[in-house]
Amino acid sequence: MSEPAAERDAPLLEARDISARYGHVQALKPTGLHIGEGELVTVLGPNGAGKTTLLRALTRLTPSKGQVFFRGEDISGLPTHRLARRGIIMVQEGRGLFPQMSVRENLTVGAYLHAGEADEHMRTVFELFPRLRERIDQAAGSLSGGEQQMLAIGRALMAKPQLLMLDEPSLGLAPRAASEILSTLSELNRRGIGILLVEQKAPLALKLARRVYVISLGSIVAELKADEIKSHHDLARYYLH
Amino acid sequence: MTSHATTSIEPAGLRWQSVLPVAAALALTGIGLLSSDYVVTVLGFAFIYAIFCTGLNFFMGYTGQASFGQSAFAAIGGYGSAILCADYGWEPLAALVATMAMSGIAAVIVGYPTLRLRGHYLAMATFALGLIVYEISIEWTSLTQGYMGYAGIPPLGIAGFELVTIKQQLVALVLLALLGVGIAARLRRSRFGRALAAIAGSEPAARALGVDIARCKLIAFVIAALYASAAGSLFAHFVGFISPEVFGLTMVVQSFAMLYLGGIGTMWGPLVGAVIVTILPEALRGLKEMQDIAYTAILILILIFAPRGLAEIPALLRRLRRRTGEAA
Repeated sequence: MSEPAAERDAPLLEARDISARYGHVQALKPTGLHIGEGELVTVLGPNGAGKTTLLRALTRLTPSKGQVFFRGEDISGLPTHRLARRGIIMVQEGRGLFPQMSVRENLTVGAYLHAGEADEHMRTVFELFPRLRERIDQAAGSLSGGEQQMLAIGRALMAKPQLLMLDEPSLGLAPRAASEILSTLSELNRRGIGILLVEQKAPLALKLARRVYVISLGSIVAELKADEIKSHHDLARYYLH
Repeated sequence: MTSHATTSIEPAGLRWQSVLPVAAALALTGIGLLSSDYVVTVLGFAFIYAIFCTGLNFFMGYTGQASFGQSAFAAIGGYGSAILCADYGWEPLAALVATMAMSGIAAVIVGYPTLRLRGHYLAMATFALGLIVYEISIEWTSLTQGYMGYAGIPPLGIAGFELVTIKQQLVALVLLALLGVGIAARLRRSRFGRALAAIAGSEPAARALGVDIARCKLIAFVIAALYASAAGSLFAHFVGFISPEVFGLTMVVQSFAMLYLGGIGTMWGPLVGAVIVTILPEALRGLKEMQDIAYTAILILILIFAPRGLAEIPALLRRLRRRTGEAA
């Protein structure tokens, strides 16, 4: 399933036997994955397969077992806020915005760990999402779905991510907005940010990703190069049509 | 307990919005200085409660957590000041600072395990804290003199200079309340304040952005305890006497009414709420047996027409004016 270790060039993130449970339910069975420096990897799987749990387990938003390494350093068991200090930032499903705060306030909170560089990062965010500049004093809760997703990603960028994990960023968006968001992710990846993307819109995600993990019933069942999925008849039928 | 609609950080340039409450507070002081000692006493209580509620607002409004036990820290402040000044001859100001430190340490010891709880569980744990301290203040008679209360507490003062008249003390209380609001506002706009707002908005999101939730909650709890302790000390010095009932359940209920009526999560809400809730029953005293009914009716009407509290009314009016202007 996984590539030989030699092919991996000092993984940005590597998880070994990571698992998580909700009470008696084993939502994520011991499983492993890796993301290279500046790589964009996507996780595909049906609803309830454990995609969100995988991201939450990696970021310790859900208690998890197993080992996680970041650039070779064992970060297993570190709490979420300390992972954020190392540049591991997650954009949660549902965006997790602070709806009563303005766009500016949301972005400023995003720069909590890098308050001194907030202005510089905000300029970068506005370059990527000019629409946010127009809405700067508007409450986040009053933005459209697409704008909210831009803000969620923008806020994550304020935290200076080395690895950005995104849970269903296109969820609930019109096709055009979804495509816009995903192409921005591609741009961020070109700028060197590693990305782990959980996405339902598989055809769009597969255009961006170099590698794909397929998850089913709480286990990663396949690891493929993105263009290989077409040759897997079942997967192609399930995810591409 | 995640807060409702209270997560907006008021922008820095709100000086004009601050002028009105400061002017109102100073006007009330002016009225107090020209009035009887009875009016001054009522105003004094209002400003002491304003300090207490400003601290409570830090934990409940800004951080979105529940605490029913802040009266415990007020009791530590009150009894601490009483004992240190009346029995050991400490300077009131030194006693106030020392008891604030004691309350801060107590808040760390209690908060560290308690703040792992959330929502109703946290509310119950803090409620228990209030009850425990209340019971101690009744039962530990050798220290607190129980229901007999503690008398002979000197008025506020510094370096031998005592604020002998009640009017002098009122001026000091108003200045301290405004200072308390100013410090809270400053903290609110700081990086730490933004972290608290993030916690109130969504704990997982705040955590994912690097906010150390447990640490921030604990600091907010300690800050609230420091304010409560200062309020307790000031009460002891202002009245010259304390007894357990002062720090009982009524204090908790009263402070909640003040906080919600004034506007939880807002800068001036605690002060506005404290003044209104303290003064209103006195203003309605002439209605005799109808006093309680009128008081309750007014509170309900305020909460119906200004559900976010009185401190939000200027913003509501501005929005209304803007809409009317746009419609025209």
